[in-house]
Formats: sequence, structure tokens, C-alpha cells
Amino acid sequence: MTTDDKTLKPAHGIGRRQFTGAAIAGAATLPVLHPLRLVRAQAPVRVGVLLPRSGFLSAIGAACWRGAELAPNILSDMGLAVEVVGADTESNPDTGRTQAERLIREGVDMLVGCFDSGTTAAVAQVAEQNGMPFVINIAADPAITEQGYQYVFRNFPKAPTLVMRGLGSINNLFEVTGTTPRTTVFMHINDTFGTAMSRGIQALAPRVGVPYEFLDSISYDPQARDLSVEVSRARALDPDFLMVVTRLNDAILLVRECVRQRFDTMGIISPGSPGMYEKQFADTLGPYAEYATTSVPWFNPTSPITTELQSQFVAEFPDQTFELNPGFTFEALMICADAAQRAGSTNADDLVAALRATEIAEHPMYGGPIQFDEEGQNPNIDTVVVQIQDGGPVVTAPVDIATAEAVFPVPSWADRG
Amino acid sequence: MLPIEFYFDAAIKGLLTGSVYAMLAVGLSIIFGVMRVVNFAHGEMLVAGMFGAYLVFVTLGLDPILAIPIVALVMFLFGVALQRGLIDRFITAPEHQQFLVLIGVALILTNGLDMIFGPDARNVQVPYAFASFEVGPFFLDNVRVYSAIAALALIALLYLFFNHTLTGKAIRACADNNRGAQVVGLNVSRLYAITFGIGAACAGAAGCLLIMVIDVTPHLGADFTLLAFTIVIIGGLGSMTGALLGGLLIGVSEAMAGILIQPSLKSSFSFGLLILVLLLRPNGLLGKRSS
Amino acid sequence: MRSLFEGVPARAAWGLVCVIVLLYLAPLVFGGYVLSVLILCCYLAVLGQAWNVMMGFAGQLSLGHALYIGLGAYASGALFFHFGLGPWIGLIPAFIVAGAMGALIGWLGFRFGIRGVYFALLTIAFAEFVRILFDHWGWIGGSSGMFLLVQNRNIDMDAASIANAFWTLRGPNWVFYYVILTGMVACLVTVRLLMRTRVGYYWLAIREDQEAAQAMGINVLRYKLLAVVISAMMTAFGGVFYAFYNNTLYPESIFSIDRSIELLLGVIIGGIGTLFGPILGAFALTWLGEGLSITQEWFDIAGLKLLTYGVAMLAIILFRPAGLWPWLRRLLGMEERRPDA
Repeated sequence: MTTDDKTLKPAHGIGRRQFTGAAIAGAATLPVLHPLRLVRAQAPVRVGVLLPRSGFLSAIGAACWRGAELAPNILSDMGLAVEVVGADTESNPDTGRTQAERLIREGVDMLVGCFDSGTTAAVAQVAEQNGMPFVINIAADPAITEQGYQYVFRNFPKAPTLVMRGLGSINNLFEVTGTTPRTTVFMHINDTFGTAMSRGIQALAPRVGVPYEFLDSISYDPQARDLSVEVSRARALDPDFLMVVTRLNDAILLVRECVRQRFDTMGIISPGSPGMYEKQFADTLGPYAEYATTSVPWFNPTSPITTELQSQFVAEFPDQTFELNPGFTFEALMICADAAQRAGSTNADDLVAALRATEIAEHPMYGGPIQFDEEGQNPNIDTVVVQIQDGGPVVTAPVDIATAEAVFPVPSWADRG
Repeated sequence: MLPIEFYFDAAIKGLLTGSVYAMLAVGLSIIFGVMRVVNFAHGEMLVAGMFGAYLVFVTLGLDPILAIPIVALVMFLFGVALQRGLIDRFITAPEHQQFLVLIGVALILTNGLDMIFGPDARNVQVPYAFASFEVGPFFLDNVRVYSAIAALALIALLYLFFNHTLTGKAIRACADNNRGAQVVGLNVSRLYAITFGIGAACAGAAGCLLIMVIDVTPHLGADFTLLAFTIVIIGGLGSMTGALLGGLLIGVSEAMAGILIQPSLKSSFSFGLLILVLLLRPNGLLGKRSS
Repeated sequence: MRSLFEGVPARAAWGLVCVIVLLYLAPLVFGGYVLSVLILCCYLAVLGQAWNVMMGFAGQLSLGHALYIGLGAYASGALFFHFGLGPWIGLIPAFIVAGAMGALIGWLGFRFGIRGVYFALLTIAFAEFVRILFDHWGWIGGSSGMFLLVQNRNIDMDAASIANAFWTLRGPNWVFYYVILTGMVACLVTVRLLMRTRVGYYWLAIREDQEAAQAMGINVLRYKLLAVVISAMMTAFGGVFYAFYNNTLYPESIFSIDRSIELLLGVIIGGIGTLFGPILGAFALTWLGEGLSITQEWFDIAGLKLLTYGVAMLAIILFRPAGLWPWLRRLLGMEERRPDA
């Protein structure tokens, strides 16, 4: 495999090899000259992308959609043809179901979605029933791929995997920085995701073997307007560090409250949840967002595809940050396009066979090659440790892709700002 | 077991938060008390107020507390227009029709805000956002203290308006006896418009206070409608003091529940309280006895 | 049959029969998307009809009907999940649990003289209270949800497999469609028959003037309770259907106040207190929503759909405050000769 030209392609060579000579030459030498036109010879695979673009999850839906918007161009530079058809689930599983049916009726060849587990579960059923290949971009509820579905594939870790890797990374962080916190308080949001994570932690912490003791587990309502009492309660127990599973808004509320109550710990660490790596978090909290640490599936900063994706992302959406939501949505579309090309047809069963045989070594998100086990689950997604430093997330572990050194324990609130 | 001071601390935090809730609820209560219309778009109006305060902050750099007059005025005009153009036709209509109208307004507000501002959370970063007062072993944050003071001051102002101005007294006369008010020659339709405007202004003002505490997204509205509704029923629909009492009570009970039980269960505390109040004093703690 | 069609003009009766026959034939023509929207229409029509019994006929405003959907769904779903009992057996506990909850709320409300918006808030409070409890109840999965095992949805087309699919509610979409369509017709017939019994007349009397009804010797409490219990049970049927159709239950979604509101919008739009209003409203609003979804994709503006939906609702309530059905009925000349029902 050569990397001397500007064309980005997965390592196993799905890029140009199967193309006609003319297209190869065109794609390889003139990627900037309307690459789309060159690949039109091959009918693009039509992928329906279901996301919560309105309703209470709309901010995340919009973030995922950005990845989908960039996909056709970047993939066509790689010689993969894909056409994206969007649909809005309105953050509502019932709507997700009918929208999936509608996309199928409109003749899409594959589905991608849907971020939240409830809607994803509903769409998975529709996909299975209609024999429509469905690649899940993000959704951690383990049950979705444990139903014996034939047409459902997930390129995102299950909650227990997230927890397992998360707890491991945290242990590793303590080793590397030479600190050994003895106690923690676990605060988590009480929604589908938060509960799954909390159960995972309870079950897996003894197995992983953690050096610290859980003093208390505090769950709060997803609609929490105020976390002052919750933080007071944690503060009263005086833990060495704070372990959290959050979404975005509550992460901001929580840290802000810690600052106000001058509740200093060695650090705030999430074993795998949204919130603390997002742009809004860093922008809102400024110096107080610094050093918030999350173990999370992340993009691989050393992958050339990521570099390309990131630069196009910045050009297209200058006021947004590239993180895992657009990353995994892009990757799901890449998996679809790759399968379609290897299948050489848009017949559902051919596509599923191709998806089963997926083997993409070079891809934007960190981890081993993309493969699917018999459940349709990709077991090779790894997590990295990201920490907010200088206003944005940087990777501090594992060492082979780290771009900065981890700071732990973190400076006290009073020493910032 | 936590030391006793924690309960005091939680109670005070609850009171502070409760004052802002009360500000929100007062608006709902005034509208219902006078017009017998439940404003099911109240939370959405609050969200509109939050976005208003955000806009003022971004364009003029004004602290949300100082933005209250601007936002409240805009919301007042919006409320008057809405009452004149739409709700006036449904004053005597059955409850379910009023409900549908206001649900429609709520849908339009939420999704209109979504289309204008986008789905991302917005916030206002005041200089004292992270500061707090140290009181003994505890910390009370400036933002909450200031917003509670502002809320109480505004409620006092409303109280003065309804008891010491002609318009205020006329509105109260309408509330007490609609027919009688018409007989003595009050322009009821105009007074209704003013009332709805004041209710909307209250929601707007509460939005200015709340934006300092939480970030705003277009979809927050429904929860706050329910919250305001709960507070007002506990305190007594149509009673301003009731709304104040209800707000404080909900604030404190949520805070206490956060300490006594698992915090994610705490809103069940409010609903439990609501069910109790409905059963024991169906017109609320300070509501009038007649129904 | 006599009392079912008594007083109905012949053309109305024939029109109804034609519509129902067409609906039964729909799966021969449509599949996939159209069928799943039709399922949604019928499902909302069932819930709307149930809500209408309570509000439209007995005059009790409930804004917490999601409670009965959720109880029905979880009662049958948990039995299937833990003991493998099928939906039709699960229907019995669903009826009992939802009916008992309805009776409790109704009794508390009526016993303590809670009316109008106060009663409405009582229903919301109960729904929210139960939602939070279910969020923390591990046996039914808590907030991480309960998944019913989905079996292969493609069945053999012999009589035994089809019968089995209907009995277990595990099968292709058209099975669900026939179940919910039949449920919708059954609810329509039940309500129609109920309205022509003494109970129905009592309900109307209570709705119009409770004090007068009481003075005439009607046991107001008993008949209002009956309305709530029947309404709760019909809603619970919808819940059982939802559990087996959707197979994924989250308290946050199933008990949500949005669901309570969604089911009653169709009734008000269609015509509250009429038999066909809930059906017409459910079909009209669902298809409007689908049409708007497509428009929204066209313009690619998130939120456009729900905004337009709100505007449409306002327009209908402004120009047809009594709902679409009373107006359409007059237009088609299908008014009943008797003034009631």
C-alpha cells in the first residue's frame, strides 16, 4: 500500500483497486477536480441517516449530522460512492420507526443512526423486519445487538465495554501520574445511558480491581435544574476524586457548582460519557473546564483520514469542534460505502454479507480494524483518555497517539481563573 | 448521617432557588386568577425570556438582571398581542379548547426558537458566575443570591401594583367579579390584555434570572410549565402569596429530598406533595375556599 | 345490530362500512411505510376514543393518560419478559392494573371534589409520580428499559402460523395492523353501544350539569368512576399493543406527558364528544405530521415540521372550534336524526 499520493484509502485496498483504470487515474491524480463526477459511474449506495435533529436531543443530532454532511465528498475522494438521505427522529422512538419505514419506502439501501438507545432499538426492529442493513453510529445499550438480529451492526462500544475500558484507563492514569486516590463519589444522570453505565460500574469495578473505594453513588434526574444539593452531599463525604457519568448540560451545572462550593478534589473523571469533552463545556466554563478528564471512544489523531475529515470539518463548520459524534457518524457511512463497494450491488443480503466480512484497518476512530462479530458488534473499538487543556480536548493516553501529558491531580479551583 | 448544618444549607439553597420558581409561578397564577385560563405555554415564554436575556447580553453586554426591564417589556407586548389576537376569542370557550390553543402556541414558540437560535445550549457568563459567599462552613453562590433578591423585589413590586394602582385594583375587581366589573364600566377586554401581558412579563423576567443558573436550549419549556403549574396548584391558583409560598416550598422540598433520598427521586417528592395538597386542600394552601 | 345503527342515516351507515372494508383491504395494496403510519393512526384512534369516553362523554379532563398506556404496556410486557406469557393473557392484568389505578385516581379526585384543571393536574401528577417510581424499579429494568425479545417477523403463510402470529403478536406488520384496526372498530362499537345504554345517558347528563344530574338521583360518583375505569382499560389495551409492537419500553418515554398530550390532540381536532372525531382526528393529524416530515427534509430546516403542526392546530381550533367531524358530518349530510351522541 502506498501513501505517496493524496488519496486516502483504507489499508486493505478497497480504494482504487476495484476501479476502472480511468477512474483510478482520475481519482489518484486529480482528487480536487470534482471527485464526485468521477465516481458517478458507480451508482452510489443510498444511505438513510436517522438522527434526532429536533426535540430535546437536537443539539447532538445536529453534531452527528455534520459528520454525515461531510461524508459523501470525503468518501468519494477515497473512491467510495455514497448518497446521504437524512431523516429527523424528533428524539422520539415512535417517529424514528415511521421515518425508518419512510426511508425504506423511498428506496434507501441501508440505514444509519440514531444516537439514542430507545430510537435505535425501534429502528433496529424495522430494519430487521424489512431486511434492511442498519449500521448504528452511536448507542450504547447492550440489549440492541443481543436480540439475534441479522441486519443490525454496531460500530460503537456497549455500555459494559465502555465501563471496562474506562475503569482500566483511569487505573492507568493513576499509575502514570503516580497518584493513588483512595476514595471516590460516583455521580450519574439517571437516564437510560446513565443507569446502564452505573450498573456496569457496580458489576465491573471489583473485577477490574480499582484502588479506590466508592463512598456513595448519587443519581440525579435528567431534567435536573440545579445540582447544588447533590454537590453539597458529595462534598460532605470529602472524596479524593469525583467520578461522573453525565450529559452536556448537567456536566456544566455540576462543575460550576463544584467551583462555587470550592469543592476541590484530585480531579473529575468520567469513565465514558458525553459532556466534558464537548465544545460547549469548555466554552462555558473556561478555566474551570480545564483538566476535566474523560475516557471515551475517540478519533485517532494520527490517522490520515481523520486529518482530512478534521480539516474539512473546520473549513465547513468553523465555530464547531470535531469530536466523536460527527466522527462515528462519518465512520458508519464509511462502513456502508465500503460494504456496498465490495458487495458490488445494493441487494440487502449481499450488503449484509459484505458488512459481515468488513475489515477496515485504516479509519478515523481509534481502535483495531473495523470488524463485526456474530452479534453484529464491532469489538475492536478502543477508548482513549481525553483531557481539556488550553480550551479544548487533547488525548493524553494511550501513549502511541497521545498529544499531551495528563495533568493529575489537577490544580485547585482557586488557582485558576 | 450528615451533620445538621447540611440540612440548613440545603434549606437555604432551596429557598433561593424557590424564589426564582415563585417569580415564574406568579405569572401563571395571575393569568389564571383573572382570566381563568391556564397558560400551558408559560414555560415556553420563560425560555423565550431566557433567549431574550441572552440576546441582550450578547448585543449590549448587559447583565441579565439589568436586562429584566427590556425583556419584560418585550414579553409584555408579546403577551398583550397574543391575548388580543388569539386568546381573547377563547376566554369563554371550554377548557380543552384553551388548552389546545396554548399547546399550539407552545409548539410554535419552541420550534421557532429552535429555528432561530439552533439547538445548542446558550449561556450568559456574568463576571460573578463562579463566585460565592462563604457563610460558616457553607457557600452560597452570588448568582443565586442575586437572582433570589431580584425575584423577591419583583414580586413585591407586583404586589404594590395590584394593591395600590387603579389598573391593578381594576384587574383584581375583574378577577373577583367579572360581571360586576363590566357593570361598573371597566373595560374588561383591555384589562385581560394587560393581565396576560403581565403574566408573560413575569415569565420573561424569570427567564432573565434563570439564564444565570442554567443554560438555555429551546426544549426546556415543557418541564417549566409543569413546574409552574405544580407550584401554583400547591400554593393556590390565583393567589400571589400562594405562588410565592408554593415556589419556596417546592424549592426547599426538592433540596431536602436531594439529601434524604436518592436525588433522582426528588421530583417525585414534589408530585407527592402536589397530590397531598390536592387531596387535603384542593384549592391550594392559600387558595380561596369557593370553587 | 339494530341499536348499533339506530337513527343513523343509511348513507352514513354504508359510508362507514365502506371505509372499514377499505381499511381492512389496505394491507393488500400497501406495505412498509404506509402500513406503519396506518398502524399509528389506528393506535392513536384507540387512545383517543378511550380519552374521549372520559372527557367527551363524562366531562373529566385527563392530561395523564400516558399512565394507563404505560401500566398496560409494562403489565403485559413484564409478564412476557419474565414468564413468557403472551399479550392476550397479559391483557387481563393490564386491564386490572390500569382499571384499579383509574379507579383510585378517580375516587380520590371525585371524593375530594377536585374538578377541571385541578383534576387534570392530579392526573399529570400521578403519571409523573409513577414514571419516576418505574425509573427506579429494577425488576422491570428501571430507566435502562425493558426489551421484549423480537422473533423472526417473517412467518409461513399457513393457517397455523398465522393464528400463532395473532396469538403471540410476533409477526409481520400486517398482523399488528389487523389487531389494532380491529381494536379501533371494537372500541367504536363499544362506545356506541355504551352511549345508547342508561350509563351513556347518565354520562351526558353529568357532563352537561353535574348538580342537576345529582338532583335527579343519578349516583354521580359511581358513573364518573365507571367512565374513568372504562377509559383506563381501553387505554391499557393500547398500551399492551404498544409493548408488543414496539418491544422496547422506557419509563421516560412511555409515561411522558408528551404522550398524554399527543393522544388527545387528535380528539380535540377531530371533535370532542363525538364518536368519529377521535378517529378522524388521529388520521388527519398523523398524516399531516408525515406530510410535514417530508416537507421538512425538503427544506432541510429542523423544527419546521412541529412549528407548522402548531400553526395548523391553531388554525383548526380557530375556524372549527368544535372540531373537524361535526363540520364534515354536516357537509356530507350524515347527521343523526337524534340530537345526542
